[in-house]
Amino acid sequence: MDINFTAEEAAFRDEVRAFLKDKLPADISRKVKEHKRLGKEDTVRWQKILNEQGWLALHWPKEYGGTGWSPIQKHIFEEECAEAGAPTVLPFGVNMVAPVIIKFGTQEQKDYYLPRILKSEDWWCQGYSEPGAGSDLASLKTRAVREGDHYVVNGQKTWTTLGQHADMIFCLVRTDPEAKKQEGISFLLIDMNTPGITVRPLITLDGEHEVNEVFFDDVKVPVENLVGEENKGWTCAKYLLTFERTGIAGVGQSKAALAHLKQVAAQQISNGRPLIEDPHFRRRLADVEMELMSLEMTNLRTVAAAEAGGVPGAESSFLKIMGTELRQEITHLFRTAAGPYALPFLNEALHDDFDGNYVGPEFAASVSARYFNFRKLSIFGGSNEIQKNIISKMILGL
Amino acid sequence: MDFKLSDEQRMLEETVGRLVRDTYTFETRNKILESEQGFSADVWQQFAELGLLGVPFSEEAGGFNGGGAELMVVAEGFGRGLVVEPYLATVVLCGTLVDKLGSDQQKEALIPAIIGGETRLSLALYEPNSRYEHNRVTTSAKKDGEGYVLNGEKAVVINGDSADQLVVIARTSGAEDDRDGLSAFLVDGNAAGVSRRGYPTIDGLRAAEVVLKDVKVGADALLGAEGQAIDALEDSLALGLVALCAEASGAMEVACDQTLEYIKERQQFGVPIGKFQALQHRMVEMRMELEKVRSITMLAACSLNESRELRDKRLAAAKAQVGKSGRRVAEEAIQLFGGMGMMEETPISHYAKRIVMIDHHLGDSEYHFGRLESLLDVE
Repeated sequence: MDINFTAEEAAFRDEVRAFLKDKLPADISRKVKEHKRLGKEDTVRWQKILNEQGWLALHWPKEYGGTGWSPIQKHIFEEECAEAGAPTVLPFGVNMVAPVIIKFGTQEQKDYYLPRILKSEDWWCQGYSEPGAGSDLASLKTRAVREGDHYVVNGQKTWTTLGQHADMIFCLVRTDPEAKKQEGISFLLIDMNTPGITVRPLITLDGEHEVNEVFFDDVKVPVENLVGEENKGWTCAKYLLTFERTGIAGVGQSKAALAHLKQVAAQQISNGRPLIEDPHFRRRLADVEMELMSLEMTNLRTVAAAEAGGVPGAESSFLKIMGTELRQEITHLFRTAAGPYALPFLNEALHDDFDGNYVGPEFAASVSARYFNFRKLSIFGGSNEIQKNIISKMILGL
Repeated sequence: MDFKLSDEQRMLEETVGRLVRDTYTFETRNKILESEQGFSADVWQQFAELGLLGVPFSEEAGGFNGGGAELMVVAEGFGRGLVVEPYLATVVLCGTLVDKLGSDQQKEALIPAIIGGETRLSLALYEPNSRYEHNRVTTSAKKDGEGYVLNGEKAVVINGDSADQLVVIARTSGAEDDRDGLSAFLVDGNAAGVSRRGYPTIDGLRAAEVVLKDVKVGADALLGAEGQAIDALEDSLALGLVALCAEASGAMEVACDQTLEYIKERQQFGVPIGKFQALQHRMVEMRMELEKVRSITMLAACSLNESRELRDKRLAAAKAQVGKSGRRVAEEAIQLFGGMGMMEETPISHYAKRIVMIDHHLGDSEYHFGRLESLLDVE
């Protein structure tokens, strides 16, 4: 047993570090580290840099332009990116729809969509959730009716993350309303510029426009945009949900956030001394650091099992719960660190181009918004309660 | 990076596993608890025959040359069976301290006897007012001709009631909590001036309050240089922490397994209670706490050769996690067992007691959170 990286693994990490030092734009990493809201241009600029290096499509096989990396290499890369303050790659294209297209798509679909995803020519979004289909995803109602060489789609999707920028959406739609729940569903790729699609912003409790509602009103979708077989879309959906969840623990993000929190706490004054010396606050920092050490090792154990050929299944559910709870706890400590200056809410101050005066310390401007925004972590991607159901069933056999 | 056990480590795991499964049943353990000594001389002899008493010692001394990972494997196995034999006291704490500080003569006299199962030792370290601070020592050792005279009180000395020899940590110089000035002495358990009040602990062990009154020892009782015991003591305590974390991990694993089995069997309202989502989620949370403890125990076991500061930071985090998660698992196990969890006749109650009370050995989670706080900036 050896918890340290091998020489090759360490060399790979150094290579990633050197690349990040050289190529990660300072203005972007500053925004990420200071929790400013990122624009579409920031994400696209970073994705193009990654693609130039051949490091964008982490999970794709080499022949499609992916890295072909091992689970440990992917893990190292994701951790280093997070710690360096690299923006999250938009997952919907490269990490979600692309593996489905590679696995179930036609040659034409692969030839057309995959290069465009690599070059960031299409901004993808995900059409899964509906007003009546959340954790119970298979109860979705958006209807697609085959008419000649196209489907006519009617219905509504919701919680569509960054759909306001999207060129394409991959959707689960019901093609056979008579079949049992999971069996009448198909996986469709839809151009967001098709007539009949309306995107309406949903403003979240932190004042952010991150998610949307997408309405489909007699939207015509060519049949060649069906992925896999008609009525077999649930297979694609399940594949996507279990596909590669190494980064789900968010250890790198938590490490970066904790380092920033310590910096902030060293500057804030409480009871006439730096907050970081306050015994109560320090105890909570210690607790988070301890939990992070446990999480990191649990994550590494899962990565090592994947490296040895195991398929990370329900184990990722543990990582999702632990990782999201920890990230949420850190946002709570940031809010605590800001004290009364957690109260002022200047929505415009969360944007990078803000040139007005902050109320209180600059870091405090985003802490409460971020705390509220991060409540989403335990809700999306299969709520933490759904994760517990999965563990109950798959691991505990209950 | 590799979390697999080596062939030797796997063999060690199997050896301990088989011994615990085959000979250390719940009924056998209950008899051992009720016995005069509180542990089994037969089991101890089997440990010797299987080489378990030599795990941390060098091959030249007849040992297994094991490090943190080997100790972890052994202690996990002991935890699964709630083994009460004085392994931590004799082998892990005192044995390694003698190995580190002792002269060739002292080592030759003791290490083979420890490995062979002939001698048992106990570490007389903590005092009535020291809680878990290992450097807060008021027991004094004053020069007396060639030898020393020891005076003081030692608190909750685990296995101190039956040990052949005590390793007494006494102050030869300095103020009450100075790190310098601590010395380690070998003191015969029956020496004149040593009084021991033995008693059982709630987690199935035995311990003693030890009073030293004008205990005269020779110069050959001193282990290592006078006043210089702290580093070696901390090395042995580090090993002890790994062993305790691993023992907790093994015990928590069994507690989770037994609880899971129970909620699958126990029927109420016409169904196994494990069908209720309220209980399923609690069971999942127990398993999650177990995974954390397993993980951080591995981290601790693999950190013994890091810098002292990094080692201590990780050990503190591990023991704090064990305290926090262990309590959660033990309390939930009792809750999910319901009334049966309250019964002495149900094994889970013994697991719960040991898991909770491990927090009181070598520093509880409050103490270790404090240590972690002071080491927060160590990378």
